Amino acid sequence: MASATQEPPAASGVEAPAARVLRAELGPQLRSVADFRGDLAITVERDAWVRAASLLRDHPQLDFKLFLDLCGVDQLDDDTDEGLRDRYEVVLHLYSVTHKHHVRLKTTAPEAAPDVPTLTGVYKGANWFEREAWDLYGIRFTGHPKLERLLTHDAFVGHPMRKDYPVGQRHVLKSPKVQLMDVPADSEHLLVNIGPSHPAMHGTFRVQALMDGETIAACEAEIGYMHRNFEKMAEVRTYWQIIPYTDRLNYCSSFMNGHGWALAVEKLLGIQAPPRAEAVRVILSEFSRIMDHIIAIGTNVVDLGAITPFFVMFRAREDIYELLDACCGARLTVSYVRIGGLAQDVPEDFEARCRRVMKSVQEVVDQADGLLTRNPIFTSRFKDVGAMGKDEALSWGWVGPCLRGSGVAYDVRKDHPYSGYEQYDFDVPVGTVGDCYDRYLVRMEEMRQSLRIIDQALRKLPSGPVIVDDKKVALPPKSEVYSNIEALMNHFKLVYDGILPPPGEVYGYTEGANGELGYYIVSRGAKHPWRVKVRPPCFNIYQAFPSMITGALLADAVAIIGGLNVIAGELDR
Amino acid sequence: MPSAAPSASYLTSHSAILAFLLVVVGFVAVNLVLWKIIRPSRFSEEKLTTYECGENPTGSAWIQFNIRFYVFALLFIIFDVEAVFLLPWAVVFREIGPLAFLEGLVFIAILAIALAYVWRKGDLEWVRTEDRQV
Amino acid sequence: MSGLSDHWAGLSPVAQQFWIAVLKVAVIFNVLLGLFSFMTYAERRLLAFMQFRLGPNRTGPFGVLQPIADGIKLFFKEEVIPEGANRWVFVAAPAVAVVAAFLSIAVVPYGGPGLFQIADLEVGILYLFAISSLGVYAIVMAGWAANNKFTMLGGLRSAAQMFSYELALGLSWVGLIMLAGSFRIQDIVTAQKGGLGLLNWFCVVQFPAFIVYLIAATAEVNRTPFDLPEAETELVAGFHTEYSSMRFALLQMAEYVNMITVAAVGTSLFLGGWLSPLPLLPDSPLWFFVKFGLLLFFFIWLRGTLPRFRYDQLMHFGWKVLVPVATLWILVTAGLVTAGVPGFRR
Repeated sequence: MASATQEPPAASGVEAPAARVLRAELGPQLRSVADFRGDLAITVERDAWVRAASLLRDHPQLDFKLFLDLCGVDQLDDDTDEGLRDRYEVVLHLYSVTHKHHVRLKTTAPEAAPDVPTLTGVYKGANWFEREAWDLYGIRFTGHPKLERLLTHDAFVGHPMRKDYPVGQRHVLKSPKVQLMDVPADSEHLLVNIGPSHPAMHGTFRVQALMDGETIAACEAEIGYMHRNFEKMAEVRTYWQIIPYTDRLNYCSSFMNGHGWALAVEKLLGIQAPPRAEAVRVILSEFSRIMDHIIAIGTNVVDLGAITPFFVMFRAREDIYELLDACCGARLTVSYVRIGGLAQDVPEDFEARCRRVMKSVQEVVDQADGLLTRNPIFTSRFKDVGAMGKDEALSWGWVGPCLRGSGVAYDVRKDHPYSGYEQYDFDVPVGTVGDCYDRYLVRMEEMRQSLRIIDQALRKLPSGPVIVDDKKVALPPKSEVYSNIEALMNHFKLVYDGILPPPGEVYGYTEGANGELGYYIVSRGAKHPWRVKVRPPCFNIYQAFPSMITGALLADAVAIIGGLNVIAGELDR
Repeated sequence: MPSAAPSASYLTSHSAILAFLLVVVGFVAVNLVLWKIIRPSRFSEEKLTTYECGENPTGSAWIQFNIRFYVFALLFIIFDVEAVFLLPWAVVFREIGPLAFLEGLVFIAILAIALAYVWRKGDLEWVRTEDRQV
Repeated sequence: MSGLSDHWAGLSPVAQQFWIAVLKVAVIFNVLLGLFSFMTYAERRLLAFMQFRLGPNRTGPFGVLQPIADGIKLFFKEEVIPEGANRWVFVAAPAVAVVAAFLSIAVVPYGGPGLFQIADLEVGILYLFAISSLGVYAIVMAGWAANNKFTMLGGLRSAAQMFSYELALGLSWVGLIMLAGSFRIQDIVTAQKGGLGLLNWFCVVQFPAFIVYLIAATAEVNRTPFDLPEAETELVAGFHTEYSSMRFALLQMAEYVNMITVAAVGTSLFLGGWLSPLPLLPDSPLWFFVKFGLLLFFFIWLRGTLPRFRYDQLMHFGWKVLVPVATLWILVTAGLVTAGVPGFRR
């Protein structure tokens, strides 16, 4: 928050529409407006919190319909900024798909009474995010329908993301929560646990369903089985040490997480990776997207009993892994990205390898298409199942293929190009109904579009370095470290001191395989970030799942969950 | 067996089935006894818990279940009886001639009306719309 | 040797037939056991080849000894009966499943009258009809006894599924009984003999009934796309979730033997059994096994190709498509026979 570019509250002139509208409507309740690295941040009084959010959502000039993220920040011992009076901040990120702009809305809560009014009435998606902020920071959201712990165990003591919670503290908790919802004693329905260890749950999460025969009468979801508090870990690591942790978010397309992280930090630093690095990042990100979609579709149809498409498609995934292996020596968790570029250059036969993999991807996509797309049993299982309307999807904060399946053509690559996506020609497929079939078709088409992007990127793959020439960001080459004292000193200083970004906060976002993957970084200028918040696409998507399957058949629930492609590593972080 | 007397053939064919039954039952029994002898037994409480995705089950699985199963069972009985009546009719169909066709037509028509009625009433829907709303 | 044949000649015809029957039962039972083991292997291998995998290939040449290895392994697994289960029913269900599965195959002829059949019943079809409905008891027992919610749902599913499709299965036979004029399966096979070879078979003459049979039979034996009772991803493993070791092996055996049965029955009733496909070639039990193998391959192929139905879709398909089609076809056949259309006369 201590950004140098913070404007005084009475600033005028060319102000962003969001700030203008809120200033006009809220008057003195708008505390400050800041603009750092192009991110608009508006801080309002707690009393105006709900009103400001509603205004942002409903005002025709603003139209911030897409709920992105809500999180807490602990500004303990913040004596650098006179403007902050309270310890806790609540930060909301919104996006407008019509006007194509982001906004960050903030409010604060004092340590003595960290109460903030709930936004669950404004955005459906706020529900779990507020539970998470309560869980991790102890911020109480007044009026929340079910303010219970979400990521940590029920019997957990304390709020782990608070700065005064010891990093190494351990807390052994064994007994699971037996019942997630109240069931009347005379109920004739069957209470069934689907997950955490169930063949159709792609990862460890649990849905407890009240079954009326084959129909799900009511259900409740529980997550957090894989919670390891990535964000707390990130607070005690240097910026590049965080890269391997990002690999474990969406481990099906780990390269893209690192890509997103690097871009967010580069945005904070105000630097840009060299063109060759950006092009390779795009190529490998698109391959990762294909891989992720292969997993999403493949496992989804396995859940429907069609095992062959799964094996057909996984052949291409194997080829992509081999490509990644050739580039960086790792397959699943690649850690190939560095702040400011890449760890090393790609192998000499990179283009030939890519072309081979592209051919294999094209083949398996066509084969899977032939096996599935017009198969009547498959379509009858997918069409009109799990339909999600446009407005509802936005309110839940859906992004990526799921949102596009519901008919909203929002793709970060297209609307806010990064890493040179503006140079490439590709289409953004959208669905019409928002059912499982639309989500399937969108993913199938996106794989083909990814191939188009890779093809163009390969054609104009520039030569040159793959990491920025900046001694404060990039390590010198190993050969020089061993041969010359200056490089050795340089290496030592950088490893010891870390990358030191300016104080400030940024929200860096990319189009991950499941949609907008955002990193909200708060820096105080130290080598460790003060706060890192991942905006995980699955979290919003999975949040809607219980409401989608209530009243549906058990078999439909299985068809829906696969199409949402929920990855536990990203969901629980 | 055409060469033997009919009664003998009848007896042997049935006794062959009996023999077959005994062989199958014997096979199952031998297998289970052999298994009992050689299988290990390492008792633990955890193994005996009912599987429910890693959580402790709430309540018994023996509950009253959906009425739809009962409705379909009834439907099955009715139409299975139809099939049982049709089979002997089919055997002697040629011997009786056109009259059999007429009789069969009436019989099947009555059942077809019954099926149409059940269909119309919505009892062939596995998940009835009114059930879903409840 | 001559002593034995003298002794044999001295026996009464009934005693002779008795010994023949014993021999046949022993041989056929062992052949079935071998076939069952081979099917588990063949299914895994064939599916693997359809899916760019290798399948079991380490145990013996090309992995053919895999079923034996699996069998031995299962013998050395301990018994686990969940504490909430109904012990007796839980224990009985696999045995019932196996016995019911084997029994129906007793009336299938593999060759001409005589040696190649356990029992040439006058009422072969009725026997099949009766025995094939026994299998569902085993599944319902297994599903209910374990006191597990997934097995319970699986058991209920399969009960409803099996009786829905059994009806279509039974109705698909009526037309060909009409043409053959007999319940005896041997007669139905010979009724398909004619100058046109395979064009005389009931799969051509009774084509709609054949399709109904294939679909209903797939559903009867819980194979993809009708494998809902054990739908892995919804119900974990359906009715056999709680079974392990030998009891699991018995349930698996019952499933495969059921598949073998419906393929054998289909071969006899619709594909001309042991008749040769071309008029010039001799009839032989070999033909039976060729066609039978093709049907078994068909079931595996289906599994490699199709997703599964949703439960309500499956019930609708059974009641709203298969049963009306089968019934209508009975009337059509009856009409054609009465009108004396060629091909519908004996």
